[in-house]
Amino acid sequence: MIKFQNVSKIYPPDIKAVDNVSFEVGSKEFVSIIGRSGAGKTTLLKLLLAEEKPNQGRIFLNDQDICRFKSTKVSELRRKIGAVFQDYKLIPSKTTYENIAYIMEVIGVSDFEITRDVAGVLEIVGLTERANSFPAELSGGERQRVAIARALIHRPEVILADEPLGNLDPYHALDITRLLLKINTLGTTVILVTHNKNIINSLGKRVITLQDGKVIRDEQNGRFIL
Amino acid sequence: MRIMASMFISFKRIIKASGRSFGRNKGLAIVNIFIMVMMLSVITSLFFFNHISQFLILSIQARVDISAHFRFETLEQDIREIKEKIANMDGVEDVEYVSQEQALKDFIKRHQDDPVLMESLNVLGFNPFLSSLNIRAAGPVYYQAIAKFLETEPIKEFIEKVDYKETKPAIERIFALTANLNRVGIGLVAILAIMAVLIVFNTIRLAIYSSREEIKIQRLVGATNWFIRGPFLVQGMMIGVFAALICLSFFALGSWLISPRLELLLPGLNIFSFFIKNIWLIFLIQISIGIGLGMISSFLATRSYLKV
Ligand SMILES: Nc1ncnc2c1ncn2[C@@H]1O[C@H](COP(=O)(O)OP(=O)(O)O)[C@@H](O)[C@H]1O
Ligand SMILES: [Mg+2]
Repeated sequence: MIKFQNVSKIYPPDIKAVDNVSFEVGSKEFVSIIGRSGAGKTTLLKLLLAEEKPNQGRIFLNDQDICRFKSTKVSELRRKIGAVFQDYKLIPSKTTYENIAYIMEVIGVSDFEITRDVAGVLEIVGLTERANSFPAELSGGERQRVAIARALIHRPEVILADEPLGNLDPYHALDITRLLLKINTLGTTVILVTHNKNIINSLGKRVITLQDGKVIRDEQNGRFIL
Repeated sequence: MRIMASMFISFKRIIKASGRSFGRNKGLAIVNIFIMVMMLSVITSLFFFNHISQFLILSIQARVDISAHFRFETLEQDIREIKEKIANMDGVEDVEYVSQEQALKDFIKRHQDDPVLMESLNVLGFNPFLSSLNIRAAGPVYYQAIAKFLETEPIKEFIEKVDYKETKPAIERIFALTANLNRVGIGLVAILAIMAVLIVFNTIRLAIYSSREEIKIQRLVGATNWFIRGPFLVQGMMIGVFAALICLSFFALGSWLISPRLELLLPGLNIFSFFIKNIWLIFLIQISIGIGLGMISSFLATRSYLKV
């Protein structure tokens, strides 16, 4: 479903953030990506979202080369992906509710479904009480959960989660992990970037390890080794 | 059908988002409207200024005319032929033939109470007045053509002298003045309008600059360019509409207040009735410039942030 083919990304002047990376992720797979900070994990996800263009190599989603996409196709691609950004990227002028509903509005879902689904997702991430708060009024953990809610509300084909557990207490971290696993069993491909050793080790899923932009390990049933 | 329905939903959502954003950023919206009102006021006052200067030019021009005096021996028939030719020239409004006898009668009528003048006329024993053509043209531009025509052969031979009621240099001064006034006016219009447009553009650009992160995020979660841009365009339009309405009422009140005072100064000039007569044209100018500029500014300002 997702294929990286000898992909390199160099930030000017000569920072090799991703270095000749190749791997494939099958449909409905659950993959974790680990690596020290600066290893190139976020850049890898940015490439998949077409936020950055690779200097070399090709990236496919469903056999389509996303590096060639024009603006409209890029929007289409992003609507198939639910992304939890490392820095959340919530819209500051919108409330929790509006931030989550926005993606549904973009897709053109009916008002009835939006009201129903947003209420449901808010309950799942435990933020029903904060529906009308603006991002600036939320704690780090709460913002992170809004970002997660926004990423899964529209049932995307793929979820990219960039350190979605970073600001969560162990209770919420476990909760969100279970949620991701459940969504995965319902048929969504999940790519999870995390530093949470316990979670990785207890998952028993595929783990890709990055170092200095290169893939140094790619194991089914992988463990957290840096 | 599905596409139509989803387009309608998108449209509705864009409108709703615009209203919400407008409401949440009232301060910014008010600043934008204020700047836009200033710009529209500049353009509208230029419209008024043009009307007033036209009025001034016309009233000055109506006061000048030319009299050509013919030699004693000139035949009436020749004068009448010349009169025909002048009457057919461009811009000539009226040509009046005054015969020697008529000139004498006019003189006597004007000075019959002055015994000294009457006596000297008697002593003279003949009619000293020349027959003449009094010419009125539509504007100073035409006087030069008429003056030139009077200097061509053989007409020149018949003519004793040409009188410019306001002497020639005065006419030329007025001519130069009105031409300059128009040139300066047009230059001023252009400069002020360009400045106003740039200021409005920059204010809107600044307002959208503060939304650049938001635009980037909207792109990243998969919104199309038009879905993101829509609310900004609608807000640009709303700014234009509000500004035009405010500006129109502003000028209605202003011209109503100023009109009587200005009429004391320049009788015959009524800017309030000018305003009422042209109210639709003025509103059309204001609203089309307002909406056009609001939307174009928003369009250009969002463009650079949509390249994510
Ligand atoms: N926009 C950028 N410009 C220049 N260098 C960048 C940029 N983004 C990331 N980098 C660099 O690329 C490398 C990989 O970054 P990143 O992918 O964010 O790492 P990770 O997410 O694994 O911590 C780092 O050395 C980082 O400094
Ligand atoms: Mg990162």
